[in-house]
Amino acid sequence: MLPFRIPIREWVSGAVDYLSTQFSVIFDSISDLVLFLVDNFKDGLLALHPLVLIVIIGLITYRMAGLTMAIVAVFGLFIVENIGLWIAFNETLALVLSAEVFVIVLGLPLGILAAGSDRFNSLIRPILDFMQTMPAFVYLIPAVMFFGLGLVPGVIATFVFAIPPLIRLTNLGIRQVPKELIEASDAFGATRTQKLLKVQMPVALPTVMAGVNQSIMLGLSMVVIAAMIGAGGLGADVLRGISRLQVGQGFEAGLAVVILAIILDRITAGFGQMKKAK
Amino acid sequence: MSAIEVKNLSKIFGPRPERAFKLLEEGMSKEDVQKKLGLVIGVYDISFKVESGEVFVIMGLSGSGKSTLERLLNRLHDPTRGSIIINGEDVTKMDQKELIQFRRKAFSGMVFQNFAILPHRTVLGNVEFGLELHGVDKEKRQKRAQEVIEVVGLQGYENSYPSELSGGMQQRVGLARGLALDADILLMDEAFSALDPLIRREMQDELLELQTKMKKTIIFVTHDLDEAFKIGDRIAILKDGQMVQLGTAEEIIVNPKDDYVKAFVEGLDRTGVFTAGTIMQPLKATAHVNDGLNTVLHKIRRAGLSSMFLVDSQRILHGYLKADEVATEVKKDSVDEKKTPNPSLIHTSETVHPDTQLTDVINLYSESTGPIAVVDGNNKLLGVIVRGAIIAALSKGYKPEDNGSADQTTTEEKVE
Repeated sequence: MLPFRIPIREWVSGAVDYLSTQFSVIFDSISDLVLFLVDNFKDGLLALHPLVLIVIIGLITYRMAGLTMAIVAVFGLFIVENIGLWIAFNETLALVLSAEVFVIVLGLPLGILAAGSDRFNSLIRPILDFMQTMPAFVYLIPAVMFFGLGLVPGVIATFVFAIPPLIRLTNLGIRQVPKELIEASDAFGATRTQKLLKVQMPVALPTVMAGVNQSIMLGLSMVVIAAMIGAGGLGADVLRGISRLQVGQGFEAGLAVVILAIILDRITAGFGQMKKAK
Repeated sequence: MSAIEVKNLSKIFGPRPERAFKLLEEGMSKEDVQKKLGLVIGVYDISFKVESGEVFVIMGLSGSGKSTLERLLNRLHDPTRGSIIINGEDVTKMDQKELIQFRRKAFSGMVFQNFAILPHRTVLGNVEFGLELHGVDKEKRQKRAQEVIEVVGLQGYENSYPSELSGGMQQRVGLARGLALDADILLMDEAFSALDPLIRREMQDELLELQTKMKKTIIFVTHDLDEAFKIGDRIAILKDGQMVQLGTAEEIIVNPKDDYVKAFVEGLDRTGVFTAGTIMQPLKATAHVNDGLNTVLHKIRRAGLSSMFLVDSQRILHGYLKADEVATEVKKDSVDEKKTPNPSLIHTSETVHPDTQLTDVINLYSESTGPIAVVDGNNKLLGVIVRGAIIAALSKGYKPEDNGSADQTTTEEKVE
């Protein structure tokens, strides 16, 4: 229809090129930080004897989700170890945990800000919508552009993909704190910080934890996809299974992902309900 | 100096609220102004003073602006116009930081209709909340919280969570949270309205009892006139954001300012309003402890009574004498003039305090066989309760001033 093509492609490439050369210092330091986190998580997890780690995770699951789930978790972990996916499993766990650290460190304050300011909320909302409707694959491209191939862009893409639910649910949780509780804390002379820490956050905690739970689940699904850009872990095994038509291997890796998902889900869900059960 | 002094206070919700004043001052009705400008007039041009230690009730139907008015006092709402002077300081002029400090200093927090206690904290954690915000150290604030928990009768529940408590108990927590603070002014917003009637009455009684000890300045918002009259030293009646009438319960009952107030008052449960003091009758005559038997008999016959209270020169009540017994005694002994009634003739009298509510007076009256004396704290005789006055108080349109002429001989029907 138009005599020329709108150069979206050129604009994006140009912007990415510009950013990656001009701000290479920033990207490098982000890169270092991500690597530092992932390596430490991975080394920490793998430093333990598998049996020790299985017992620890079993105990945490027992505390958070009860005996049945603890048995399921221990049994699942035992299978993972048995089929030789222990290292890949822990790599994936380290990736997810690293991404989640970034999600919480940035997502919580953003959610709190959004709850406190309608203007900020209406600004951030379309961005979050955009982030969530974008196909997961698309996140890989800018991540690769800025951070190359490997672990780091995997974690970054995971972080971007997983942060929206935490921001949304933190915002929602704080906004849902009954008006009278806010009035009460004001009437008793609470400062803003006191109100946030002693009233809003504790009351919103179950909703916030639901956000953490969702972002971990999203993160886990992204970590598998991130194997396409060389993030490693269980995703790499799934990918190998697909590309080499090794159905059996692919299934095993998939099973390990499911086991990890169940354990993470039950533990974080349990944390959100803990206060109520008391 | 008054504890609270409110002058020409207005609160109008909506953008650029100043627009409303001009139209209102030109005499346009509030409804029209709200419609025309799309603003909501919460409170308009209210002035009053509250004395220290007073229970001041703000009464009105929903939408009358009563809760808004209360929230203006501690500036949960910012006033649009007018001034609020509390303990000599103008609340309306404070910035956010001063305001927080002032709320801590002047207010014992606030008690809410839906309790507004923190679900994630125990009873103890909730009661110490205010002190914690004010930076009182842990040991001290828990000690204080414990004391208050005992005052409101929640001992044994310190470590319970609100979800484990009944509504009445939750509101005790809400009340205790306020009482834990030393500040003078306690705001209560429909504090008992969500409770069932029995518990509500119990809480009202307890509040009144606590108030005799703590003497806080209480601003109590309610839509219930019975509650207002029972609790309030003075009552401000609000309608559509304006104050219709301000006065004591009796002033409002006797002289309702307009039909709106009259309609309220007619629906009232009168037994809760009148007290022994308002319906008691002055005594025609009393017997003195030094009076001889003949004198007593003479006094009784002259007054035309069947019995007579016996007092000393300080008017301290010693009991009452029955006419027939005195007459028999006089005949039997034909004693000398000076002989005073011997102790077997003196009957112990039922007594009530002037503040005793009519309901309780009626109960006592139906159970007792002798006359009921109204005495003050020192047992000094003030008056007598007669049946006619009780019945008159229960009937509509009764005014306390009328009862001076009530016929005291009606006691005779009771005392044989």
